[in-house]
Parts: sequence; structure tokens; C-alpha cells
Amino acid sequence: MSDVATSLQADRWSRAMRHPNFLIGAVLTGLLAAFALLSLVWTPHPFDAVAISERMQGPSAAHWLGTDHFGRDIATRLMIGARNSIVVGVVAVGIGMLVGVTLGVLAAARSGWIDEIVTRGSDVVFAFPAIVSAILITAIFGPGAVNAIIAIGIFNIPVFARVSRGAARQVWGLEYTRAGLAIGKSKAAVTRDHVLPNIASVLIVQATIQFAVAILAEAALAYLGLGTQPPAPSWGRMLFDAQTFMILDPKLAVLPGLAIALAVLGLNLLGDGLRDVLDPRLRAERIG
Amino acid sequence: MLTYIVRRLMVLLVTLIVASLAIFVVLEVLPGDPALLVLGIEAQDDTLAALRAQMGLDRPAPVRYIEWIGGLASGTTGISHTYAVPVSELIGERLAVTIPLALIALIVSTLIAIPVGMFAATRRGRTGDYAVMGFSQVGMAIPNFWFAILSILIFAVALGWFPASGFPGWDTGFATALWALVLPALSLALPEAAILARVTRTSVLDTLGADYVRTAHAKGLAPRRVLWGHVLRNALIPMTTIIGLQFAFLLAGSIVIEAVFALPGLGRLIFQSVSQRDLVVLRDVVLLLVVFVVVVNFLVDVAYSMIDPRARRAA
Repeated sequence: MSDVATSLQADRWSRAMRHPNFLIGAVLTGLLAAFALLSLVWTPHPFDAVAISERMQGPSAAHWLGTDHFGRDIATRLMIGARNSIVVGVVAVGIGMLVGVTLGVLAAARSGWIDEIVTRGSDVVFAFPAIVSAILITAIFGPGAVNAIIAIGIFNIPVFARVSRGAARQVWGLEYTRAGLAIGKSKAAVTRDHVLPNIASVLIVQATIQFAVAILAEAALAYLGLGTQPPAPSWGRMLFDAQTFMILDPKLAVLPGLAIALAVLGLNLLGDGLRDVLDPRLRAERIG
Repeated sequence: MLTYIVRRLMVLLVTLIVASLAIFVVLEVLPGDPALLVLGIEAQDDTLAALRAQMGLDRPAPVRYIEWIGGLASGTTGISHTYAVPVSELIGERLAVTIPLALIALIVSTLIAIPVGMFAATRRGRTGDYAVMGFSQVGMAIPNFWFAILSILIFAVALGWFPASGFPGWDTGFATALWALVLPALSLALPEAAILARVTRTSVLDTLGADYVRTAHAKGLAPRRVLWGHVLRNALIPMTTIIGLQFAFLLAGSIVIEAVFALPGLGRLIFQSVSQRDLVVLRDVVLLLVVFVVVVNFLVDVAYSMIDPRARRAA
């Protein structure tokens, strides 16, 4: 590694350590990931262990956050909910990035009619409010976690297509891409060697923000009964169930919402911080 | 200018045509036979065939698409299978709930966001700024339907100030009906206010550094007059864009909030028509929302290009 690269990295690191948003965001996101990973190997109780005699209990040594209306352990269900949210975020953002970035850099490299189709196509998808297209998609393929994720992923495609097209066009205007073409590299090779590495920061920041948007969207769909189906736990569905019982036990309505808010807050702060750390000039758009 | 508007209009038309085709195709592949759902699974074959013919399901798809769009263009809509009234009537009834809801939410969020955002901008880098930015981060992270549930718990159940759910209808009196919309509108407004406050802060900060602001200060204008007269007026341009786009998304965002409060609005109508396979209603409601988004986008773009000629070239 050259000296320039090392000092750039050191510079980024010191900026990150002085950035409160980045630190808070990284801690919250880290906790979300830790709980999700832990739930793979261990949870305090089985998530579907019903015990009607122990329903709606307060926090205790056996149930740290108490039990729900079926006597199920809330801490366990929140942990699996965290796993659920991470899967939603990763897959939905993954679909959006894979398809969207491909289309975006293609449009930027080829311009002409391909560019026109990508741009206009994004306009059409954007014309459908996200929640409406999600309802339509789950109406065709049936409600469920997988279809909800696909619906959110499709919404992410034009988001990434637009962002990567805009950023790639800027890079194509710079001298080193011209130089790449001049020494005989193909447009695909220039895209791979110069354009993609240079738009990576923008994409990472946008991905963090869309991750948060995806978690919020899945929670809303699950609340409406279109996402994760019971008895599998999801934060949005827990809130739906809570509405019936919250008069008897308010914590049922408080805890899952708090989990969603903390996860989204963490990711948003992390995105904010990453933007400043990776490239202070960047301004990511919040779409959705 | 005129060529720009004409070109934007063409794009708008093409977007709408493609979107309407997409809606039509999606509903074509939607599983479930609407006629079967109306009559039940024990229906006779000939009754089913008769109802399908009455619904127009026996004709080829392209014909039905043209009939749909042609009907809308001449101002007639289909008849809902489940409600047996024209779709336009149904949508009108539901909009009487959703439009006021979205409008109140928009007004509330703007009234909160502009002063708060300006406050933060004028105290850049100080405690007040950090407090506002911190609150707005939290506001953006709170799902609006969670806020709605908590507000029911506190203001409807515990304090009993507002109804917990339902809508009495405008004919029970303006105040009673409006009262039922307060909590839903607040739930919609607060996350939007958080976003708008950030936009306000950024665009006010951008304007504060402008030459004409320095000139205004230099000629001895009171700071308050500079802020409200010069800074805010210019900062309003990017904010109008966001406010315009927010209205379109508030209409769609009300789907979840209407479900929380059991309000008979447009969102509930979409939801019900999906579960009842009332495709005649569904296609019109979805298209209406799309038209809203596209037209608002168009108006924002045109307004922009009138204010700032550079925007014409960028598009």
C-alpha cells in the first residue's frame, strides 16, 4: 500500500472516531447485528413456547422483558425479529443494488436509448408509491416474508439506478476515464476499473439509508398482515397484535416499536456518519 | 419555456400510459376469479359465465384495456363488484376522508418544520442546532404507525380526549368529524416534519451565505426582516419541492395509518379491493394515486424551471 493510501485511511479513521453520529450509529447497528446473530444459536426461550398461565407478565428473571398475550417470551421474539429485519434489509438492498447499479452504470456508459429507457423506467416505478406496489405484489404472489422482501427490493431498483447513474456520469466526465478509453480499454473495463471504485462510497451510504427504509417498510407490511406470517415473530406483526391487548399491558405496544426505532435510528446515523467519513463532499438523498 | 413544458408533458403522458399498462397487466395476472368470489364456489357454471360476461371478463384483454382508459377519458368509471356503485362515487366518498387527512398532516408538518428548521439554521453548531437535529433523527426513525398506536394508548385510551378509532362522517358535524382526524393526522405529520425540518435547515443555511443576504444586513435591515423576508423566501424554493412530493406520499402513506385508526379512506379502499378481488375499483384507485404522483412531479418541475432557468437544461 502506498503512503498516500495509508494516510487517507488514517485520516478516515480519525474522522470516524470524532464523529458522534457515526459512533452511535455503529454501536446501535452492531447491537442489532449481535442480537440477530445470537438468536441463531441461542434464545432465552423457544420463540413459540406458549404458556397461557404466564400471559402478559412483567419483566422477571425467567422473562427479561416479560411475556406477551400467549405467554411467549418477548425478549426471544424481539431477537428473532432483529434477525428478520436484517434479512429483509440485506436481501431487499441486495436486489436493489444488483439490478439498480448494473442498470445505472450501463446507462451512464452507453447513454443514448439505453439511458433513456433506464431513466424513464425509473420514473414509472417511482410513480407507484412503495406501499402500493408492495400491496399489489403481495396480492399476486400471496402475503409472506419472501414476497414482502421482493416488493421492497423492486422499489429499491430505481433508487440505486438513479444514484449510480448520476454518480457514474460524473466520473465519466473526468480525465482518467477518457485516458482509460484512449489507451484502448473497453467501456466495460473502464466501468469496472475506474467508475465502480469511485462511486462505491455513494453506494455504501445509500445502501445504509435504504437498509433503514427497508426495515420500516417491512414493519409496515407485516403490520398490515402482508409480511412475515405468524407464528414467526416480526416487529411489525407484534405491534399489530399489541393493539388488541395494549390496554391490559402497554409494554406490548412499546417494546417492538422501540426495537424498530432504534434499528432505523442506528442505520440512519451510520449512513450519515459514513457519508462524512468516506467523502465529506457527498450528500446522499433520502428516498422513500 | 414552452418547448420545455411541452416536452415534460410528453414525458408525463408516456409515464402515465406505461404505468396504466403496468397496472392492467398486473391485475390480469392476479390470481382469483372475481366472478367466482362474488357468487361463491357453489355457483352454477352458466351463472358464472353470465356474470363474467356482465363484468366484461369474456372479452380479450386489449379490448378491455382500451375500454378502461377510454371510459376514464370520457369520465365514466366501472361499477364496483362488491359495493354495486360506480367507482367514481366510491372514490369520492373515500377521498372526503383521505384528502382532509393528508392536508391537515401537510399543514401541521410544515408549521412545525419551518420554524424549527430556521431555528436550527440560525444556531448552527450550537446546542439548539444539535437538539433539533437529534430530535429529527429520532422523528425519522419512529414508524408512523407505532406513533399512531402510542397516541391511541395515551390520548384515546388513558386520557380519553380523542376517539380511538373510526370516523363518524362529515354529516355528524364538522367539529366531531375533524376531531376524529386529529390523531391520525398527527401520526402522519410528525415523521414528515422531521424530514422537512432538515430540508429547511439545509436550504436556509445555503441561503444565509448568499451575497444579497450580506447586502441586506449591510444596508441595516433588522436581522428578523432579513431572515423572514430574504432568507426564507429564497429557501422556500427547494422546500416547495419536498412539500409537493410529500403530499403525494402522504396520500399513499395514509394506507397504514387508516388501517391503525380504522378510517374509511382511500387506503382502506385499496386494501379491501385487493382482498375482495374488486379489480374494477383497484385499478382506478391505483391509477389515481399514480396520476397524483406524476402530476405533482410535473408541476414541481415546471415551477422550478420558471424560477430557475438552469433547471430546464438539466432535465
